[in-house]
Amino acid sequence: MIKVENLSKFYGDVEAVKSINFELNDGEIVGFLGANGAGKSTTLKVVTGYLTPTAGSVYVNDLDIQDNTLEIQKQIGYLPELNPLYPEMRVYDLLEFTGKIRDITGKAFKNSLARVVEQCGLKGVIHRLVSECSKGYKQRVGLACAMIHDPKILILDEPVTGLDPNQIVEIRNLIKNLGTEKLVLMSSHILQEIQATVNRIIIIHKGEIVADGTNEELMSGFMGNTKLTMEIKNAEDGSVKTLTEKIPALSLIETETKNGCQLLHLEYPKDNDPREALFQYAVDSNWVVTEMTSHGANLESIFRTLTMEEGTNA
Amino acid sequence: MRNLKAIYVKEMKSYFNSPMAYIFLVVFAVITGYFFTRTFFLFNQSDMRSLFNIIPLVYLFFIPAVTMSLIAREKNLGTMEVMSTLPLKDLDFVAGKFLAALSLVLVGLLVTLVHFITLTQVGTNIDYGAVFTGYLGLALAGAVYSSVGTFASSLTDNQVVAFIIGIFIVIIFFLMDKMLMFVPVYLTGIIQYLSVDYHLSNISRGVIDSRNLIYFASVVGFFLFMTVRVLEIRRWNW
Repeated sequence: MIKVENLSKFYGDVEAVKSINFELNDGEIVGFLGANGAGKSTTLKVVTGYLTPTAGSVYVNDLDIQDNTLEIQKQIGYLPELNPLYPEMRVYDLLEFTGKIRDITGKAFKNSLARVVEQCGLKGVIHRLVSECSKGYKQRVGLACAMIHDPKILILDEPVTGLDPNQIVEIRNLIKNLGTEKLVLMSSHILQEIQATVNRIIIIHKGEIVADGTNEELMSGFMGNTKLTMEIKNAEDGSVKTLTEKIPALSLIETETKNGCQLLHLEYPKDNDPREALFQYAVDSNWVVTEMTSHGANLESIFRTLTMEEGTNA
Repeated sequence: MRNLKAIYVKEMKSYFNSPMAYIFLVVFAVITGYFFTRTFFLFNQSDMRSLFNIIPLVYLFFIPAVTMSLIAREKNLGTMEVMSTLPLKDLDFVAGKFLAALSLVLVGLLVTLVHFITLTQVGTNIDYGAVFTGYLGLALAGAVYSSVGTFASSLTDNQVVAFIIGIFIVIIFFLMDKMLMFVPVYLTGIIQYLSVDYHLSNISRGVIDSRNLIYFASVVGFFLFMTVRVLEIRRWNW
């Protein structure tokens, strides 16, 4: 369990994290989402004991991070951003070294080694130099180091940055499997990644938490417009113009003509779905509807709305 | 203690798995060997004084070069973040690194024993005690300079900068008792006591005084303590 209370962190005069609060429970996979520079990494660095908070406290399993740093660090596995490793070491030596620091030696180390090699798919590279590993393997080596002591809490800062799609899926599945028994806190600025991996999302913007909940909770709490694209044939100009008069819930953003079809870009509020009326109107006006797609509120639009800078409506 | 050993072993491996240690040792052996043998047969004296005089000078550059990477490189690679988030005390981390650097320095000294063997073969009336205390003094001075270098390496993430800071502090310690004529009389006692050379020459003369030993131990302790403090401060700021 991780509890963050009124946590603030200043870098000089810059307030990177502004008095944030959240509580994470075991068995959760939590995604920390935010634009670059939003304060994700800073928060993770405080939670792992790398940085001391300017104000507020972090509790891990009811221990205060500032009084029990070593005790808490024993329970946490941490993969920092950009995955720093010693290039001159062999993968095996690196894992052995990490194990030693974590008091895992001899037979216990052999077992742990076998487990992380299996979990992270390191079989082929275990005796290679870190500098000779591909980026994907380096990432897995970093992950293996973070997991060598089978931690209850795993904190991953941008774990999939720079990986190819296949590797992303592998890491994602690994994290999902781990999340059944552990608390996994991962940060990312890639929306799809967060959405596909985690079951709770915390969106942070300019050092403040602007949303916290499951994917569904965020969607339902979001009051935005749903976009609707409609491709029609055989439509008279007049019938298109009167559309918004007949169905006031709809607003017409723009029309375009493509391959002899008319493309209507429409919008309607989430709580007032006029699609039935729209269908009826199309039938009455003898439109040939070739396509009708609605783009409901998705994480991307939520994210954009929450993290949009005031005055820069893009 | 266990963590200290793990850090020590890792550092020793990284010294000896790369060409670094070998380059250092060869350069050290060549320079000291040259200065020793240049005068040894000329003066026709059965002592190693020429060697013991030149090694403190070589130390001035050799030790900051050995220590410059210790912490600066960790910062540069970003592995400092990994180290700081492992259940590892800063003191174990610093002491392990310091001891690894000191070990490499001692290996360098060990290499110069070849000259001692020469001495035993060709010399007569060898003062073994002086040779022993000479080496002891060099080992202690090596420890002081290694702690200074470790401290310098913790101040920056740039190895070259760490090297220069290291040389700067080491030279201050080295020159202190040579600058005595420039300082006010009431300060000379303190300055002299702080100087490495003063204690080194005492020991090299064959006098092992607890005052000298306490000096070396406290300077090493001071710089290791300062290094730990520097690492702690980083947690607060950046």
